[in-house]
Amino acid sequence: MTRVSLTVNGKRRTGHVEPRTLLVHFLREQLNLTGTHVGCDTSQCGACNVLVDGRSAKSCTIFAVQADGSEVTTIEGLAEGDRLHPLQEAFWEEHGLQCGYCTPGMIMSSVNLLADNPAPTEHEIREGISGNFCRCTGYQHIVNAVARAARR
Amino acid sequence: MATTPVLPKLVGERVKRREDPRLIQGRGTYVDDVKVAGMRHLAFKRSDIAHGRITSIDTSAAEAMEGVEAVFTGAQIAALLAPMPIGTPFPSPEHRAVAVDVVRYAGEAVAVVAASDRYVARDAADAIVVNYEPLPVVVDTELAMTGKPVVIHEAFPNNLAVPLVPSGTGVTPDGKVDDSAVDRAFAQAEVVISQRMFNQRLVPNAMEPRGVVAHYEPGKNTMTIWSSTQNPHILRTMIAAMTGMGQDQVRAIAPEVGGGFGAKINIYPEEYVAAVVSKQLGLPVKWIEDRSEAFVATTHGRDIIAYVDIAANRDGRVLGLKMRLIADIGAYNMLLTAAIPTLTMLMANATYDIPAIRTTLTEVFTNKTPTDAYRGAGRPEATYFVERAMSMLAAELKMDPAELRRKNFIGRDKFPYQTQMGAVYDSGDYEKALDLALEKSGWKSLIAERDAARAEGRLVGLGLAMYVEVCGLGPSSSLPTGGWEHAQVTIERDGRISATTGASPHGQGNETTFAQMLADQFSIPFDHVTIVHGDTAVVKQGIGTFGSRSQAVGGTAIHLAGGKVKTKMAKFAAALLEAHEEDIVFADGRLSVKGVPAMGKTFAEVAAYAYVPVPLPPGLEPGLSDEAFFEPANNTYPFGCHISMLEIDKDTGEPRLLKFVAVDDAGNLVNPLIVEGQIHGGLAQGIGQAMIEEAVYNEDGQLLTGSFMDYAMPRAIDFPRFELHATVTPTPVNPLGAKGVGEAGTLGSTPSIVSAAVDALSGFGVKHLDMALRPEKLWRIIQGGQA
Repeated sequence: MTRVSLTVNGKRRTGHVEPRTLLVHFLREQLNLTGTHVGCDTSQCGACNVLVDGRSAKSCTIFAVQADGSEVTTIEGLAEGDRLHPLQEAFWEEHGLQCGYCTPGMIMSSVNLLADNPAPTEHEIREGISGNFCRCTGYQHIVNAVARAARR
Repeated sequence: MATTPVLPKLVGERVKRREDPRLIQGRGTYVDDVKVAGMRHLAFKRSDIAHGRITSIDTSAAEAMEGVEAVFTGAQIAALLAPMPIGTPFPSPEHRAVAVDVVRYAGEAVAVVAASDRYVARDAADAIVVNYEPLPVVVDTELAMTGKPVVIHEAFPNNLAVPLVPSGTGVTPDGKVDDSAVDRAFAQAEVVISQRMFNQRLVPNAMEPRGVVAHYEPGKNTMTIWSSTQNPHILRTMIAAMTGMGQDQVRAIAPEVGGGFGAKINIYPEEYVAAVVSKQLGLPVKWIEDRSEAFVATTHGRDIIAYVDIAANRDGRVLGLKMRLIADIGAYNMLLTAAIPTLTMLMANATYDIPAIRTTLTEVFTNKTPTDAYRGAGRPEATYFVERAMSMLAAELKMDPAELRRKNFIGRDKFPYQTQMGAVYDSGDYEKALDLALEKSGWKSLIAERDAARAEGRLVGLGLAMYVEVCGLGPSSSLPTGGWEHAQVTIERDGRISATTGASPHGQGNETTFAQMLADQFSIPFDHVTIVHGDTAVVKQGIGTFGSRSQAVGGTAIHLAGGKVKTKMAKFAAALLEAHEEDIVFADGRLSVKGVPAMGKTFAEVAAYAYVPVPLPPGLEPGLSDEAFFEPANNTYPFGCHISMLEIDKDTGEPRLLKFVAVDDAGNLVNPLIVEGQIHGGLAQGIGQAMIEEAVYNEDGQLLTGSFMDYAMPRAIDFPRFELHATVTPTPVNPLGAKGVGEAGTLGSTPSIVSAAVDALSGFGVKHLDMALRPEKLWRIIQGGQA
């Protein structure tokens, strides 16, 4: 077992993991942060997206030990108390989710997208979220949500 | 003195979903988020070959691993579990949840491990050594029908799961077939178009793979089972039957469910195995499907060949239709497998008044993953085959595809309409939907635009398709589970409403839509209503969510249960206000006497009185809670028209969808925002099928598209902005007038897009293209290769 120590949603967290433990499993099973989901095993779907040191990353493709010393933000850390993040608010307003399984990863990717490009075109939004699969919405309401958040 | 209502009417409004706050904050509880103390993790060892006899299986290395609780082979599971049950009346070969002697598709389970965590369970499963004597493999559907090179199930010669079922004109219920009307139609016809079409195999791919937690409690002799399912009540029934327990001893919970699309109706081997392993070990167990497992172990959809012949006069009047269907169902029957292609037959009439139709259906076993329901389930196939035939006919006759359809519509004055296939269409106005689609898409200017693009040498095409589907399933005669839905509505002592529904939403938003309905029905605030679903301990009865039935059947049950409680509440109010029951008005959170709004009590006051009824009005029991089982008298038949414009890159063959306009008629709508979302999602799956998705097997029975690296899941970048419009033709089948909309988008989209691609390539002599419209296929045609 290897000791890992990282900051998750602003709090210092320490744990002991097998070196092969994926960051997503460390977050979900040791820290009980189950908002981050696993949708595939080949790094395509993006359901597991979190921010590692401010950049969106697929937490199924990082070992927990690789994140040692990092700052990680998960969907649970996005709202400030009762105040939803503008993207969360926009996904709600625009009906940007149905089953909700892809949603945390989709929102975390969009945080990264808007940080890089605060005023994306529709095409840029569609490209920006193409590392995330959604099977429910056909993406149109998600695109609307990201555009709405960008206008804030 | 009239007062202005202060509470908004909510039915018909774009109300934001109340499900969302938990889901956008990562606070939903999906099955992998469920933890039970002492829980072990299951992993399955699966066959890596498509057909073979198990000659040896060595579990010793797995059993010796630290953290391994138990290993079960197929034979050991067979001692605990009867063969897999199915829900259709067709004959079915024995299917063991874990293979005992022979594996028949790559991915079939051969052993299961219970261990301390998922990593150990996976290591142990990998340490099991299985030897096989390989058997010949058959993946080609039409080859399988010859019995060559192998018969997969001995009792099913030529691999025929269902030999040949005829349906349509001249077929009597006892199976007698009179072909004379169909033969006459084809003999008289001036034009006959014949085409083999293929509706390819698809992988449903809900974003949440399947998963189950089974918790048998020996002291209580009860089983609680959490599963990512569309129908927890059916799960409870089946788990009870298969574990030898009573339904009263089994509690099934569908927690947050991350999409289903029909593939989570089936009750799977892993659910039964988790239940019996938990019972055997006396421990809670969890199994979570990997995506790569989901590709082979969760049922696939579609995979049906049609030989279509359409007969018509030169003026465009269709005289007859023949459709010989061959469905590849994979290696085994699952819960509804055999019934799905029968829906393709049922909907062969499409939106047209066709005087003579003959369909036949043959279902075939191959060494592939079993098929079952996938969004649309049989109806997109029918729509695709008939609409493609209509577009081919229009091209042959050089008629506008819209006008050919108009000429053959079932007229708006013909409803209810008895089809040649035995369906009774409830209501419809196909011409209105077509006209709206033509107007909103600017059909005439699209034609001009296409022709101008062609003049520049670009490959641009237009496609148009109508659809009608069978939804709101259904009368109990159409479903082995019963076709009703259940609801219980309770007005609590504080005047808030709790309601339960047997519908089991997994993205459809019924917590919102049903609350909208009850808030309006009782004239109380939306926030005072809570809808509970997905737990058989709380929701007394139910069928589940599939077949676009939640609103039409489940919503009606809510409405009827609400009506019963409302009647009783009016009686309590009448007693309290010393008025006649029929004079009680529910408005703005109050119950008052008609014409005298000042004479009234708040909703909460009347509720409180009903629970402490002093004095108790004569003839009334205390309390305000009632239930309804709604059994619809018929299915509903939503319809619409989908128009697409597509361009194919001359150099690369890459097709690009330029425009997609959909007109959908789902009857009355409770929440248009949610309805739009449902249509968008259906369109994405239909467009995905038309353009890029396909489950491809090699001749060894290996799924080549077995991960997201190989299977083309549609991304945001693959779609244009969809343009949606609606006509509203209420159904008389239920008091809401709602028809259902969950599957609609998958119907019109595939023929519309393929017709647009064929139109774009018409200069190359192309008359039909099989899906998916992969660039390579189109490029070869442009380069002068075969169609």
